[in-house]
Amino acid sequence: MPVGQLTGTAAGPATQRLRRPSGGLLTAVAIVVAVMIAALVAAGAGALLQALVDGLRLGLVIALAAIGLSLIFSTTGLVNFAHGSLVTLGAVLALYLNTMENGPHLNLYLAALIAVCLGGVVAGLAEVSVFGPMRRANLPHLSLLVATIGLDMFGRNTILYFVGSRPRPFSAYQVQERLQFGSVSIAPRDLVMMGLAVAVLVGVALMLQLTTLGRAVRAVADNAPLAEASGISTRVVYIAVWVIGGALAALGGIFQGMSEQVSWNGGFLLLLLMFAAVIVGGIGTAYGAMAGGILIGIVTQVSTLLIPSQLKTAVAMLVLIIALLLRPQGLFGRKVRVG
Amino acid sequence: MSVWEILADALRNAIGPGAAAYALASIGLNVHYGYTGLINFGQAGYMMLGAYGVAITVSSGGSLWMGLLVAVGLSILFSLLLGIPTLRLRGDYLAICTIAAAEILRLLFRSDVAAPVTNGVNGIQRFADGFYAFNPIPRGYYGVGVLRWNESTLWVMAWAWALVVGGSLLVLGVMRSPWGRLVTSIREDEFVARSMGKNVFGVKLQSLLIGGLFGSAGGVVLALSQQAVSTEAFMPEVTFFAYAALMLGGVGRIWGPALGAVVFWFVLSAFDSVLRSGVESGVIPPDLMNDADVGVMRFMLVGLGLLALVAFLPKGILGTMRRSRT
Repeated sequence: MPVGQLTGTAAGPATQRLRRPSGGLLTAVAIVVAVMIAALVAAGAGALLQALVDGLRLGLVIALAAIGLSLIFSTTGLVNFAHGSLVTLGAVLALYLNTMENGPHLNLYLAALIAVCLGGVVAGLAEVSVFGPMRRANLPHLSLLVATIGLDMFGRNTILYFVGSRPRPFSAYQVQERLQFGSVSIAPRDLVMMGLAVAVLVGVALMLQLTTLGRAVRAVADNAPLAEASGISTRVVYIAVWVIGGALAALGGIFQGMSEQVSWNGGFLLLLLMFAAVIVGGIGTAYGAMAGGILIGIVTQVSTLLIPSQLKTAVAMLVLIIALLLRPQGLFGRKVRVG
Repeated sequence: MSVWEILADALRNAIGPGAAAYALASIGLNVHYGYTGLINFGQAGYMMLGAYGVAITVSSGGSLWMGLLVAVGLSILFSLLLGIPTLRLRGDYLAICTIAAAEILRLLFRSDVAAPVTNGVNGIQRFADGFYAFNPIPRGYYGVGVLRWNESTLWVMAWAWALVVGGSLLVLGVMRSPWGRLVTSIREDEFVARSMGKNVFGVKLQSLLIGGLFGSAGGVVLALSQQAVSTEAFMPEVTFFAYAALMLGGVGRIWGPALGAVVFWFVLSAFDSVLRSGVESGVIPPDLMNDADVGVMRFMLVGLGLLALVAFLPKGILGTMRRSRT
């Protein structure tokens, strides 16, 4: 499928060329400002600030989890519908190591570290054992999408079988007194989590920008045949992005579980927000996924001041459709002709 | 349960109204995926709109015909909402938006906000009387041996399978028309179709509309046969069941969806019965699996089955048969 491959590389171009994202930023700012003004009028400044902080927390989780989705797409051209399972897997593994009756009752941070590593390993195994061979067998692109869906359904329900449908909290974090800063209150665990999330996001950006692996990832994303011709092993890069993406997804799932609870379906619901984030940010750009994640988190959280919070995810969908109509290449994507 | 009973039960399910509803949904996916190369992961959303369109209209005083019109209208609206922003872009965008839209629609329907119309988590019952009032079949049980149904189920089945056969023949006709050749050319290489001056976007949108209507028809059949609708019946898994049926039968083959749905339900309900009787008789220890886990197991099986179909039987039963003949 040579043409499909060409469009694949053209639409998932690279991540990191510096370019002026003025139009994209304007659209983003316009959306955010409109929602904020409406919220300010409806609910007042204190509530708005609180929603902003909560939104930033949600946005950082989405951003963490969505980077992998974006990296995998930009290098392999595959939208990984099983990414939600990786998110849930991380949270559930940490839960098992941390609190479950038959688990080892480790400290949460240690449990999280092990879960993140295992998340990376499982994602790497998915590439090595399933998607790598399928890609080399030259199956059509659309069949691979169906395969990721099958894997997601298997993964999600395997987790349900082992954990059950009841959501559970981590042990150290069931109740915490919230810190007050003026009208904004935040639980200490969320503060720690947000700090860690920012540190990890910066770390990923530095990794992509400065290390050999990061350069290889960007080269493959830009032009895989050329990268291969110049001696980069695409196979290694594919495995690397799956491992990194899986580990980050697991971390996102753990953070999500820390501020809410761990549920077998949490990753799937987050996946819908992650899709909105990567498309709004520009599918295939890692930095776009970060920005899009934070944007989606803030917009959905602030929208709860205006409409019932049950419709929060519907707002993300609305933003997604508006973004597709106005700026289909995303805030930070390069404008290419697709379809 | 004996082996004979399990097989008979599986056969009953494989030609029951549920299988027909999935066959209709799969015909829709076949138009999308098999012929046009569009990925619609939101067929459950179309089915839900069909089912709720009828249920809401009838229970708020409309006639069954009006309900069907509302179902068709909602389905078209959903297609336009999803298609217009995404169909100019790579196929992945449609896949992402359909799965997200279907799930968000489901969450919306079961939320308190929509409860005055959709009755929230409780769903809607007692809207199918008008359909059964037309039933000309006298009361009683019909069939041979274990394959016996009462008059209402037969009435639904007759309609459902007539729709499946009629729909398949319609697809056959449409795909042999110039329009059918055009969508196939888009599936193979949309740039060629565009360079021949064809309106690729418009044709893709038409295909999305047609396949979506089949999905909604499947939802209507499901709603009428169960005489109840609830959002639980339209989880994202429903779409993947329909994909599994399609891939099993044969992607891009006229009778693939119908055959696939029958085989799929046969396998699935046999698997269910084996596990259930294992749990009941204690062959499978209770700490390994209880009754509720059986339902989870079926989803795991379908997930693995989809992976295996993509990897080992990408053309399905019919496609593979045809290939081996040539």
